[in-house]
Amino acid sequence: MLTKEETHNELFTMGHTGCSGCAQSMSVKMIMEILGKNTIATNATGCLEVFSTRWPESSWKIPWIHSLFENSAAVASGVEAALKAMGKKDGITVLAQGGDGGTADIGLQSLSGMFERNHDVLYVCYDNGAYMNTGYQRSGLTPFDAYTTTSPSGKESFGNQRPKKYMPEIAMAHRIPYTAVASAGYPMDLQKKVKKAKSITGAKYLQVDVPCVPGWKYEPKYSVKLAQLAVQTGLYPLFEAEYDKIISVKKISKKVPVEEYLKLQGRFKHLFKDDAGRAEIEKIQKIADENIERFGLI
Amino acid sequence: MKQVLEGSMAISDGVRMAEPLVISAYPITPQTHIVEHLSQMVADGDLKAEFIMVESEHSAASVVLGASACGVRTYTATASQGLLYMEEVVYNIAGMRLPVVMTVANRAVSAPINIWNDMQDAMAVRDTGAIMLVAENNQEAYDMHIQAFKIAENQDVMLPVIVNVDGFVLTHTFEVVETIDSIEKVREYLPPLNMEYKLDVENPYSFGTLGEPSVYMEARYNLYNAMNFSRNVIIDAAKEFKDMFGRFYGGLTDSYKMDDAQTVIVAMGSVLGTIKDAVDELREAGKKIGVLKIRSFRPFPEEEIVAALKNVKNVIVIEKAICPGKGGILSVEIRDSLLKHKINSVSVNGYTLGLGGRDITPKNIHDLVARAEKEENVDGEFVGLSQQYL
Amino acid sequence: MDFKVGIIAMPGAALSNKTGSFANETPVFKHKTCTGCNLCIYFCPEGVVYGDKKTKIYDYDSDYCKGCGICAEECPVDDIEMVLVEK
Repeated sequence: MLTKEETHNELFTMGHTGCSGCAQSMSVKMIMEILGKNTIATNATGCLEVFSTRWPESSWKIPWIHSLFENSAAVASGVEAALKAMGKKDGITVLAQGGDGGTADIGLQSLSGMFERNHDVLYVCYDNGAYMNTGYQRSGLTPFDAYTTTSPSGKESFGNQRPKKYMPEIAMAHRIPYTAVASAGYPMDLQKKVKKAKSITGAKYLQVDVPCVPGWKYEPKYSVKLAQLAVQTGLYPLFEAEYDKIISVKKISKKVPVEEYLKLQGRFKHLFKDDAGRAEIEKIQKIADENIERFGLI
Repeated sequence: MKQVLEGSMAISDGVRMAEPLVISAYPITPQTHIVEHLSQMVADGDLKAEFIMVESEHSAASVVLGASACGVRTYTATASQGLLYMEEVVYNIAGMRLPVVMTVANRAVSAPINIWNDMQDAMAVRDTGAIMLVAENNQEAYDMHIQAFKIAENQDVMLPVIVNVDGFVLTHTFEVVETIDSIEKVREYLPPLNMEYKLDVENPYSFGTLGEPSVYMEARYNLYNAMNFSRNVIIDAAKEFKDMFGRFYGGLTDSYKMDDAQTVIVAMGSVLGTIKDAVDELREAGKKIGVLKIRSFRPFPEEEIVAALKNVKNVIVIEKAICPGKGGILSVEIRDSLLKHKINSVSVNGYTLGLGGRDITPKNIHDLVARAEKEENVDGEFVGLSQQYL
Repeated sequence: MDFKVGIIAMPGAALSNKTGSFANETPVFKHKTCTGCNLCIYFCPEGVVYGDKKTKIYDYDSDYCKGCGICAEECPVDDIEMVLVEK
């Protein structure tokens, strides 16, 4: 428990212009609590960069750098190389950050390079499933049937017709020492994974599910609830992997039908209009069931 | 020590003397020999640096950006498509005021794909905010790299410096190069990088913040001003180098046989060698002709150009790049400089030669000198085209 | 701040931005059933919930609270209530 003064001293401070109920800022706060002040962060262009560093303001009390959209991992590689060259790497965590677009789409190449070279960098992907900063356009991590402004639903479409790219498996394919998937809805689990990542030398990938109020279209108070429902339905399996082996999964305590998750979000409301939509919900249920089976979530 | 060195060896040895701590690159012809030599130096322990061989030029530039932001000396090298691929990062490095030094082994740009020399790649990044120097020969390339770090790291400059060297013509050609024996002397010329603002856990600043309309123009203006200021710094770096190591190639420009010249040929890079040979012959034949070498393309040496050319009759600009839809690039800037100073008695003729590695011969120079007397303000005309392909 | 070498921001300078103006609703910590689980602190996206370790009295920083209502929604014992801000 922090006093009022102590809350003002947090490494990621209030005063940023993130949306009310933003699960990304919530996650950053949780992550910084573990990483501590001996951290240097890089940031891809995106929501977090824009809402945390509008000059002359900055919410960061650690050294932080934003360069471009697709090079967060490469800039972090450079930071790590410079620290090594100066003999100052010991005790300093290099954190690279990006949204799902900056990570899995435009940033995938530089991320793959960073993984393959096994830089001592923790890469965190804040996954809200679309290009939220530019106004909710589809990304490679947009889930199946979600409405975005570039995968709209309409007479001929139920929204995004491709499944979410399985980014953590791409990370694991690089045989990096640690890959983990976490959720803003489970702070202890998230922080445990950050702590573990911090203790490992080499490239680490952490993907965090961060519900987005304006992009997913729900009431701000449901950010945590939705993050938890994503896990409890099986749509967002949380796990840890070392190299290419999954070493732990977060079990679902009580399986929830996907409908419970979908119905709270405007981006899926087109699925609740008619029978054709119901059939689509069945398809999403199938995705969840397959996840449960594959990861052994129950 | 005098050695016969390939251009790439000379460049990598010049870079070694500057002792960068982080080097990152992606291979592209004709830059490859430079980074091969550097990685061998690191492997042999002759250069204590982190060498990061990345997956793309975009990342090469990003790695040196990140490292430079930590306050260490950094270096990268590229060419052609690679330079175009890293262009947004070059803008970013300049905008963040990071003193990265990079070599561009100048090469034509695709399509058609062509690995040979011209300067179109450099022209594509001329507005990035990077200082752009051009070396004439291997010796100057060696010396210019050491000077480049000094210029980039000047507290009132803090901009990336691109050293342009003609691909193959310099990078793959052996010439006698006098290298510097004493690293202490280089350290004296080029003191350790000392950045006031850097990524440091003790002083945790935020870099690359969002510049809203209320501040963006001022940030760009400061960059623009720093670039203007760098003119003095480039000149001083050349003079100081002369004092310490004895070699000098001019500041922003250099002149050759300009004293009573009525006709002046202006060019950048290795083609100056051919031009000077042709000018020697023309001088012997009694022609009042000289050469103006552009050593710094950005910042543009407007004052030097006006001072050198205001009293001549004909200017011939030989350019290995073209601006489709307009014409010459260097020639237009020279003409503009003169007109800005209300000098309209000089005819500036810009000719496009040597694209994609085509030889520029002494005969080309002789022909252009003969033509220029009859022509006025030619704007980037292509010279020596094969009619059968048109 | 020295503006001349790129636009660099001072650490934590965002604290000057009082985002409390975003809020339409703000929390009231009733302290009737509170168990001191700290979920309201964990889940606050802004980090504005604070408290006293000994007394277990919680409060929030109205200068920055954006009124998302997550603390009230997630309180396992319904001890936080959102009330409309009078503007």
